[in-house]
Amino acid sequence: MKSEYDVLVIGGGPGGAVAAWTAARKGLSACLIEKRPAIGAPVRCAEGIGKKLLTDFLEPDPRWISADIKRARIVAPDGTQIQLKEDLAGAEVGYVLDRKFFDRELVWKASEAGADVFVKTRAVEPIIEDGILKGAVVESCGRRQEVRAQVTIAADGVESKFARWCGIETAVPVQELMSCVQYLVTDIDIDPASNDFYLGNEVAPQGYLWVFAKGERSANVGIGIPASKNMPGNRAKDYLDRFMAEHFPDGKIIECIFGGDPVCRPIDCTVSDGLMIIGDAARVVDPITGGGIGNAMITGRLAAEVAAKAIAAGDTSKAALMPYDVEWRASKMGQNLERNYKVKEFFIKLSDEKMNDLADSIANIDFAEFSVKALVLELIKRNPKMLFELRELKDALKH
Amino acid sequence: MLNIRREICGYCGACVSVCPEGALELIDAYLTVDSETCINCGICTKACPLGALEVINEV
Ligand SMILES: Cc1cc2nc3c(=O)[nH]c(=O)nc-3n(C[C@H](O)[C@H](O)[C@H](O)COP(=O)(O)OP(=O)(O)OC[C@H]3O[C@@H](n4cnc5c(N)ncnc54)[C@H](O)[C@@H]3O)c2cc1C
Ligand code: SF4
Ligand code: SF4
Repeated sequence: MKSEYDVLVIGGGPGGAVAAWTAARKGLSACLIEKRPAIGAPVRCAEGIGKKLLTDFLEPDPRWISADIKRARIVAPDGTQIQLKEDLAGAEVGYVLDRKFFDRELVWKASEAGADVFVKTRAVEPIIEDGILKGAVVESCGRRQEVRAQVTIAADGVESKFARWCGIETAVPVQELMSCVQYLVTDIDIDPASNDFYLGNEVAPQGYLWVFAKGERSANVGIGIPASKNMPGNRAKDYLDRFMAEHFPDGKIIECIFGGDPVCRPIDCTVSDGLMIIGDAARVVDPITGGGIGNAMITGRLAAEVAAKAIAAGDTSKAALMPYDVEWRASKMGQNLERNYKVKEFFIKLSDEKMNDLADSIANIDFAEFSVKALVLELIKRNPKMLFELRELKDALKH
Repeated sequence: MLNIRREICGYCGACVSVCPEGALELIDAYLTVDSETCINCGICTKACPLGALEVINEV
């Protein structure tokens, strides 16, 4: 490992990989470090992604696509189902990835473009001189060394320790951290072209339970509930085990993963002198779905682009890196994050009865478009009696 | 003090991200708590989807 790079990326998830890939493509010397012994394993994810989001970065490849999804089903507490069909144009229903291979592909792209990659290598301390970040002390298989960089990109995911060591608060409020458990289940009867979402206080209070097809007879079956809802006997794992016993008693669990998914607002500022924060570390996860792969890639690419300009201009101060923060907030992604945060706040307050009523009102519609906006507009149109409550939702759409 | 039940922990990092003191860290799939920094507030015990953390009174 060299001791000096233009860009040092901490974390080899989709965000970090795209950041290193973009930096290398822009002609910068880039170093990507990942603390785990292997890229993409174990990955804490249900692996769903919108087609457009994905194809903005790379062409889909059967090696890392587990399922091509044609519809989504939302199952209300009383069993009412809302079917969302894929529209041929502009659909947001997408793929279920195999992230073990997908994450590796992204890192491979980064190294192919010229980035250095090191696994089992973690950042242990920032190098800060005169208040300016100059890289990190890293530990690689027990050996410590300094890696200096003009810009350091923190892509260290939900733990988000690096930015914290640099003095930026990244702690997630406990009620806004989704505690997740997921099993990869085989030998079960599922619809191999559907992603299913189960709602309700009995199933997943203030969260949801998912069954994402991973092939003809296997699925990612997982759950996320706010950490504050975890109680002895009623932890995320207990809810999931009860669902499994009821729906897939004979399924074989061949993998179990656990994780945290931050559904809070993004951190207040995602840059400081010499530092940029991307992906889950910046908390740019969709607050409704908990999806963050696409947003991690978007912020990774933008961060590296802005870093390249700043480095070319010889100024990597907070002010010079600020266009990254400003741009992603103003982008469609940034606006959707804010809107969906408000929509999420509305839905978590709903009782099961109200949720059933709303689901019932739209159960028989074939949505041409699987989008939060289409769903919300239809709910507002069809529930005149709940207009007062839905006002909050209507306001959310204005932004 | 904070007790980590390692036989249950899945090394996922959920607790790390809610600790207000930054006292928890995942090192090589091994969860560590800095007992100097930990204030025994119990917030991390809530985040764990598995129930692997507990604050116990010192003996
Ligand atoms: C159960 C679950 C299900 C999910 N399902 C979906 C889904 O279906 N669709 C979706 O879009 N999103 C989903 N998400 C969210 C998604 O997994 C994340 O948003 C995405 O992985 C974020 O990418 P990232 O690159 O920011 O971080 P990560 O993928 O978390 O990568 C961060 C990397 O940094 C490494 N790291 C941490 N600290 C250091 C250090 N000090 N030094 C070196 N390396 C370090 C970590 O080991 C990790 O590999 C889910 C999350 C969970 C928990
Ligand atoms: S008890 Fe509180 S301070 Fe200690 S590790 Fe847990 S969250 Fe952090
Ligand atoms: S939240 Fe629980 S399972 Fe995850 S790292 Fe912390 S103690 Fe381990």
